[in-house]
Amino acid sequence: MTVRGPHAHHRVAVTGIGVVAPGAIGTKAFWELLTSGRTATRRISFFDPSPFRSQVAAECDFDPVAEGLTVEQSQRLDRAVQFALVCAREAIADSGLTLGDVDPYRLGVSLGTAVGATMSLDREYCVVSHRGKYWEVDPERAVPHLFDYLVPSSFAAEVAWDVGAEGPVSVISTGCTSGLDAVGHAWELIREGSADVMIAGATDAPISPITVACFDAIKATTTLNDDPEHASRPFDARRDGFVLGEGAAVFVLEEWERARRRGATVYAEIAGFATRCNAYHMTGLRPDGREMAEAIRASLDIARIPTTAIDYINAHGSGTRQNDRHETAAFKASLGDHAYATPVSSIKSMIGHSLGAIGSLEVAACALAITHNVIPPTANWTERDPECDLDYVPVTAREQQTDVVLSVGSGFGGFQSAMVLSDPEWACRD
Amino acid sequence: MTSQAVVTGIGVVAPTGIGREEYWEATRAGGSAIAPITRFDASKYRARLAGQVPDFDPAERLPSHLLPQTDPMTQYALIAAEHALDDAGIIPEQLPEYAAGVVTAAAYGGFEFGQGELQNLWSKGGEYVSAYQSFAWFYAVNTGQISIRHGMRGPGRVIVTEQAGGLDAVAQARRQVRGGTPVVVTGGADSALCPWGWVSQIANGRVSLREEPHRAYLPFSREACGYVPGEGAALLIVEDADSAHARGARRYGEVAGYAATFDPPPGSGRPPGLERAIRMALADAEVTPQEVDVVFADAAGVPDLDAVEAAALRAVFGEREVPVTAPKTGTGRLASAGACLDLVAAFLALRDQVIPPTPNVTRAHVAHPIALVGPEPVSASLQTALVLARGIGGFNAAMVIRRAA
Repeated sequence: MTVRGPHAHHRVAVTGIGVVAPGAIGTKAFWELLTSGRTATRRISFFDPSPFRSQVAAECDFDPVAEGLTVEQSQRLDRAVQFALVCAREAIADSGLTLGDVDPYRLGVSLGTAVGATMSLDREYCVVSHRGKYWEVDPERAVPHLFDYLVPSSFAAEVAWDVGAEGPVSVISTGCTSGLDAVGHAWELIREGSADVMIAGATDAPISPITVACFDAIKATTTLNDDPEHASRPFDARRDGFVLGEGAAVFVLEEWERARRRGATVYAEIAGFATRCNAYHMTGLRPDGREMAEAIRASLDIARIPTTAIDYINAHGSGTRQNDRHETAAFKASLGDHAYATPVSSIKSMIGHSLGAIGSLEVAACALAITHNVIPPTANWTERDPECDLDYVPVTAREQQTDVVLSVGSGFGGFQSAMVLSDPEWACRD
Repeated sequence: MTSQAVVTGIGVVAPTGIGREEYWEATRAGGSAIAPITRFDASKYRARLAGQVPDFDPAERLPSHLLPQTDPMTQYALIAAEHALDDAGIIPEQLPEYAAGVVTAAAYGGFEFGQGELQNLWSKGGEYVSAYQSFAWFYAVNTGQISIRHGMRGPGRVIVTEQAGGLDAVAQARRQVRGGTPVVVTGGADSALCPWGWVSQIANGRVSLREEPHRAYLPFSREACGYVPGEGAALLIVEDADSAHARGARRYGEVAGYAATFDPPPGSGRPPGLERAIRMALADAEVTPQEVDVVFADAAGVPDLDAVEAAALRAVFGEREVPVTAPKTGTGRLASAGACLDLVAAFLALRDQVIPPTPNVTRAHVAHPIALVGPEPVSASLQTALVLARGIGGFNAAMVIRRAA
């Protein structure tokens, strides 16, 4: 391990992206969806949602075997791991990286997930308990790989085996900030010199009765069941909760000089990352957005980028009443007047809220926004809420020079995370 | 230069004792808590032994509003975190804003709580699922609950690497201390002693099926036949050395070195990563193998994995008979809490200059060329300890700690 002083940080480049999203398998389809402003939310099709309060979700039309996994993998692995493997392979292919050229000891994996193998656990519990008949569940009905569902570190292990990583490997599980934090964790490891290349991202496949029931219980999800396509309404006056989603995004993160030496195409630099806890409530948010504002300030500090340089904010924008107010306050507290001049959008309006995965899907959107100089819109935004008075890029994508992007996340447990990405050429232009 | 990370507080909820000294007294004496499961009727399952935390009344130790919203493992985490903060003499609310962070490891989440809600869902219907299900079972819950209870608003993180998580979390805490957060509460907590959790644990094929408590978990022994699962929490206060010095805090020692590696894919023919993790952790601490006074082993209890660990130690330490111990044979393997509990034992060993024993494993039965301590404690001059952990799936972690100067 190279030991370096605190001022000898390595820079971190995003050189590959892989995506599985509702309405879009693959990075190209994902970007087309986001910039078209189409929504991929619909009435839940995985099970009969009629007994539930919220009956809408953003589901992926995903065939694991068509996406390159074996039949054995498609049967053994939780859906969330399947997403992650497909994304990791796409990201590596996209990066142009030849895995044989990477020292396996310097290659790591950092994978985020909020709820792990929830879908498999829900399904298998139904089996071993005889549909909830027995508390002392039937061991004869247990699948042999149940332990891999119990402990979600198995997710990172599967990806590490697939790519041949023998460096630092972990799962990061900080609820709905997992997707930002897993990428941030990988950024920390490359930055300090513990790895040269990290396969980093996040996945979740939570659309299962237990998940729908638990969000019903706290009225966090939408009840706009009659109009599923328009149910995810971040920052809009008529928002009434988030739309559950699923998906994954995985990146190749690479030490900057290494990426340059091999002539890699760099989507963006991860310039700063910080997290704070709100120490307030497991599911509640302080209206003033204080801790998120602090995470934003800290990430910009690390990036040594002034607030006025931010061209776009990819918001958490879940579409719950409390989140959108909290976040709007946080942007004003951290950016001051510049908050009013900065486009803010939420891609959850189109692909729902995939819990731990969404943070990585949002990082993917940020990297693509920088590359294409296009800002994805907030779909379904039609009516202004006096508490949400920023520029939310309603309905239609916007072409605009986009060099510095802020992405934020907020999660149950009080987690607040912020990441700053910048165009690889930006520092030179400045 | 990089700031030092020192440990100034310890909190323990273990099968062998609740509280630092209760645990340590039992551990020094070679106590074992491995016994038939009493938490639920385990008679129909193939494995029936576990290391259970002694019964206590949570209402006596935690505010009543937290009881309905917490799994046992979160209750253990909250008790251990409170003990650790008290031990360090830290009142987080009195620190500057954002000066205190929380990093925990998790493996199972709140599985018993989760079983209750799955049971409600499948037997009665979705409307019977608790409002607390949205967070009580998930892996991030302990960092959130500790942060909220103590008003800690610095960076938060949750790492899942099965049993390696206890070391990976402490390493992340050190990273955050180096990054400018002076105080971090860190460690791990796990419990899955409900029928659903038990069936899921047994499914890994490594759980001992032996009936006799003293013969069920015998790592490195010729009789090794798997491990016994346990439950509990071990939390530490990792603090910037200058900040600890400024407030005159007592230090147990320093987190001096760390590394994490991952094993190659099964069947690749490439060497396992544990030896490399040890060498990297020693290099990170700037310590030679000769300077290591004691090793707290991962002690998987599975013959092949014991052989890998013994070979790694042999390769690093050569002919030198560095003492190796595994007090976890008295508690069982505690998943994300396990390696952090080993760190606790290691810091207290450095404090008291005594190597705690490996209950139930007699030296005569050791099948590998390592100097396993055996079932009696050994007095020794100890400055530096190496703690090892492996998580199922291929996760390796090694940490070097140094006694407080």
